[in-house]
Amino acid sequence: MKFVYIVTILLTTTAFVLPEEKATVVQAPLKASIERGKTIYLQRCMACHQADGGGVPRLNPPLDAASKVKGNDKVYLVRVIIKGMTERVELDGEYYDNNMSANPDLTDMQITDVLNYIRNSWSNKANAVTVAEVKAARAKIK
Amino acid sequence: MKKRLLFSFAIFCAVVNLVAANDSTNTTPKKLVADPVNAGLKTPSGFSASIVADNLGRARHIVATEQGGIYVKLERLKEGKGIVYLKDADGDGKMEINKTFANYYGTGIAIKNGYLYASSDQDVFRYKLDDKGNVIDTENPQRIVKGLWDKRQHASKSLALDDAGNIYVNIGAPSNSCQETDRTKGSKGMNPCPILDSAGGIWQFKVDLADQSYHNGVRYATGLRNVVGLDWNQQQKKLYVTMHGRDMLYTLYPDMFDTTVSAELPSETMYAINKGDNAGWPYVYYDHFQQKKILAPEYGGDGKKTGGENAIDPIVAFPAHMGPNALLFYTGNQFPEKYRQGAFIAFHGSWNRSPLPQEGYYVVFVPFKDGKPSGKWEVFADGFSGTGVVKNPREAQHRPCGLTQGPDGSLYVSDDVKGTIYKISYPSK
Repeated sequence: MKFVYIVTILLTTTAFVLPEEKATVVQAPLKASIERGKTIYLQRCMACHQADGGGVPRLNPPLDAASKVKGNDKVYLVRVIIKGMTERVELDGEYYDNNMSANPDLTDMQITDVLNYIRNSWSNKANAVTVAEVKAARAKIK
Repeated sequence: MKKRLLFSFAIFCAVVNLVAANDSTNTTPKKLVADPVNAGLKTPSGFSASIVADNLGRARHIVATEQGGIYVKLERLKEGKGIVYLKDADGDGKMEINKTFANYYGTGIAIKNGYLYASSDQDVFRYKLDDKGNVIDTENPQRIVKGLWDKRQHASKSLALDDAGNIYVNIGAPSNSCQETDRTKGSKGMNPCPILDSAGGIWQFKVDLADQSYHNGVRYATGLRNVVGLDWNQQQKKLYVTMHGRDMLYTLYPDMFDTTVSAELPSETMYAINKGDNAGWPYVYYDHFQQKKILAPEYGGDGKKTGGENAIDPIVAFPAHMGPNALLFYTGNQFPEKYRQGAFIAFHGSWNRSPLPQEGYYVVFVPFKDGKPSGKWEVFADGFSGTGVVKNPREAQHRPCGLTQGPDGSLYVSDDVKGTIYKISYPSK
């Protein structure tokens, strides 16, 4: 029953945001950003989050199908990338033990690219992140 | 297509089950019929495997009673309970849940001299057993150790007991390599590493004193990043441990290591521990290709410089990242001669070898003579993952995590994905 409920919500939400996404996905700049982001992902993120974005059960959270990754709280995502993660937090009903690397050396552009990659890979489809958004987010978390 | 295959497989299983059921009616009804698919495992010739319990939750370490019951420690509470007690009351070869208790999750569980010992990620408790192996009072254990570091990473507390009234508790380092900022590129290794005062080692406590902690425990061994498997070898009267080596050589030092080297190094290590030993973490890691202790890059290493002159060497070095989660010296006489006094190790399976395929997800055997390895390690039971090659850890259907030896000399293996308990026996005929 709960499952049906969630699926319904997902379907409704997807239907609701789909037109906008479709418009962004075809944009060449986003495609290029995703490609650049993949290179960064392979160097910085893949060891823990895995090539399929599935993470490691109980150690490193999945990015694929993760509500936070697909969500609209971009400031949160920028903060996690820059500061890393050391707190015990529940993500989609599960806890993960490993600390996440801090990445303060990544530029706004690199963070934008890697976010666009993880938000538009595997089963994920989310709207584009812009450099301006990352810049604004970085200013907020300092 | 996939559906059809599944359907055919279901029919096949049903037929096999029918045949098995018919067979059993012709022999003694109580005798366990050999599992036609060997519980999905590949075991050496002459051994047979079966599933004795399933869907228990995240079954970490397990311990058998002298009467053949099994206590299972869960890593996450199931219906509010963290320990499951299994018994085969009707003698059909399958175990049923007799009782669930304990309001804490964790990994460590052990039995010694009429007591059950179990750990949360901070404390160690003990429960008195009756002469049938049942816990007398599940609600009021004695807390013998409290307040150990629980900082998420490597927080599980594994247990082993000697014959002199001591309990050994692993306190894993909540860190990869003791960097100022954990797992972060460019962050230096702290020197000296302050973590070693409270973690990254094995602590020794008394079995019968309440509420011990760091102030009255003994740091028995140090320089051990995260030990999940440990066992007291009765024959040698010595502690042996298996350590999880460090991660992320490539991610942290891409100029020094490539993804292949990072997947193959450093070794997962097994040590024989004497009181006061130092195994060298975080300053060194072990390289089984060079057979040397190599200075960690966080401490000025380059993949070649050696270090850790005062640190002990491992007695066995395994391929990297496979996660040795349980260690058991076999003291039974059911298995053939070669296995007696040897070590079984449950490898949880790697995650840190990507983009290469993952490794582990099996139980290994190391032959021993007089407390030292007497031959090469070999895979003893394989096939837990249920897939040929594991590319990404979430594909694994089962992951070996705990080991215990039953009173008849059978070996039990726990799985912490689905909570399956496997029994591996060597039938006499």
